[in-house]
Amino acid sequence: MNHRTGRSKWEDAYSESPAAQSHGATQSGVSIDPVYGPDDAEYPGFFPYTRGIHPAMYRSKLWTMRMFAGFGTAPETNQRFHEIIAAGGTGISTAYDMPTLLGIDSDDPRALGEVGRCGVAIDTIDDVADLYDGIDLGAITTSMTINAPAAALFAMFVANAEARGVHRSRVGGTLQNDILKEYQAQHEYVFPPRPSLRLVRDTMVFATREMPRWHPVSISGYHIREAGSTAAQEVAFTLANGFAYVELARRGGLAVDSFAPKLSFFFNAHIDFFEEVAKYRSARRIWATWMRDFYGAHDERSWQLRFHAQTAGVSLTAQQPDNNHARTAIEALAAVLGGAQSLHTNSFDEAWTLPSSEAARVALRTQQVIAYETNVTQVADPLGGSWFVESLTDQLQSEAGQLLEELLEIGAGSMLEGCLTAIDNGWFEGHITDAAYAHERAVQRGERIIVGVNAFTDDSPTPSPPNQIGDGGEALQLQRLRRVRHERNSDAVHHTLERLSAEAHDAEVNLMPALMEASLARATVGEIMSTLADVFGRYHVSPR
Amino acid sequence: MTLRVLVAKVGLDGHDRGVNVITRLLRDAGMEVIYTGLFQSPETIARTAVDEDVDIVGLSILSGAHLTLAPLVITAMRELGSEAPVVVGGIIPGEDLDALRHAGVAATFGPGTSLDDIVATLERLQTTAQH
Repeated sequence: MNHRTGRSKWEDAYSESPAAQSHGATQSGVSIDPVYGPDDAEYPGFFPYTRGIHPAMYRSKLWTMRMFAGFGTAPETNQRFHEIIAAGGTGISTAYDMPTLLGIDSDDPRALGEVGRCGVAIDTIDDVADLYDGIDLGAITTSMTINAPAAALFAMFVANAEARGVHRSRVGGTLQNDILKEYQAQHEYVFPPRPSLRLVRDTMVFATREMPRWHPVSISGYHIREAGSTAAQEVAFTLANGFAYVELARRGGLAVDSFAPKLSFFFNAHIDFFEEVAKYRSARRIWATWMRDFYGAHDERSWQLRFHAQTAGVSLTAQQPDNNHARTAIEALAAVLGGAQSLHTNSFDEAWTLPSSEAARVALRTQQVIAYETNVTQVADPLGGSWFVESLTDQLQSEAGQLLEELLEIGAGSMLEGCLTAIDNGWFEGHITDAAYAHERAVQRGERIIVGVNAFTDDSPTPSPPNQIGDGGEALQLQRLRRVRHERNSDAVHHTLERLSAEAHDAEVNLMPALMEASLARATVGEIMSTLADVFGRYHVSPR
Repeated sequence: MTLRVLVAKVGLDGHDRGVNVITRLLRDAGMEVIYTGLFQSPETIARTAVDEDVDIVGLSILSGAHLTLAPLVITAMRELGSEAPVVVGGIIPGEDLDALRHAGVAATFGPGTSLDDIVATLERLQTTAQH
């Protein structure tokens, strides 16, 4: 497919970018252009953005080094955030524990053993206040990796920011809020798909109208890939979900160009280097084309696919764990050469635990080495024009395109309905599990080499590093929650939850104001979610 | 005799790539495999182990809550009279292995364990359990 921007158009755009005065040169002094290609090629910053969404890419702005952290209680995670910022991290990202992700309180019997273990425990707005203590929410952007209870946590976040004098219009960040991939891959769902989508709609409408710096959905292929999908499936399923949210927001009364520029994506950065670079290029091209031609978007920003990348957790090995540094560096480089806007690098110890401070620092340093030492940031889309990478980009586009057409057909012309039907009938999980199985068979047969696992093994015992998490601070969190339950006005809590329940029954009402009111009354995540579950029902799925 | 295995996900942990794949691989190896699905309580798993009269129960735990959850499953099974050995697959720090063994876990399988090792261990456990 040839989209000929023409070099002169690109030169005009580049000369207006903040990078126009920059001069690139190699270590030996050879001068480097900001981009390469023949006069009639496609250029970065122009439709369909195969080569990147900005004319100057990293010469005008480096990617955000956004490190994901969360464990124990809110004050412990807050301390880690301060360490990340002090070490030069430019964004923060919160990992929540399993009970929070599933919308249950730390003192719920089902939470036993899980509190503060895989992430930070958040029960009430008091925890949110401690989590961001001393962090200027009007300056640093935050990311919240939460889905089923996203609306509740988002309400607590906004209510807390405003309680500290930062108006919602000034707060910048990202809510993951991608519930479709929960049914397809990650399985942290609570309500059935349709009422869950109503909450996504409410957060999108609220953020679009009131929070210009907020990205209300981060459409996530990361978990689909970690669950075992191929690269083409990752692109197809993620973009399908993106198109479904576009249809959802339009049903909610928003014009496509009012919210599409606020959508962002989250992709995996896996170990098959060139395929990953081609994956990002093909995803940008498909998104731009469909948004313009199928969804009728006119604003260029609606066509531009912005993405965060995270190196592949599944590629890390517990055996010979020092090898993981090499894997993460290679994966991070693929994300950068593929034009990522934001990046998290995994720590080498994540094959067995949450990262230690030291390991997280080395992971951040890996990004800094790529950004400041290697010189790869000088040239936009440096692999563009490679016959191999261009061909791979076309092939992934074609494979993903076929899957997208199939889903559209399943939904009789609606991607939203296609996704819902394909969730119901196990279409997504079938594809993903088949791919995961094929991968594992290849590893078991030695057809796919994993260094230190099925090849180049040695006698050195697999290290048994200490469990970094301890008991997750369970006792402390229970104490914190008990204190809030004791101090708060329970009549006010009851009253706000009644309002929430009444409004949940009316699908036309936006639930964000009621959720913020309940948050301020110090209702817990579990109380809010069970109030909603009484109206929406709970989702159960039997093994196939 | 064909080995009957119950593979189970206990608690809040939704990671099911491993359990989906191991279910198919054990079936390829000729075993009868029953999978509980996600988010099971220890009591449900114990009840299923008894009702299905399985030879072995395999728990898949990737959330780090193995020290809490594995003993609860074993206790619930023994209370219902199931003496089937319980094995755990997932991410288990070395320092936790003794505690799991002490709680009655018959074997653990960390990341990268070969299928041959898993099959051999399950067959050995079945033989031992019958004597």
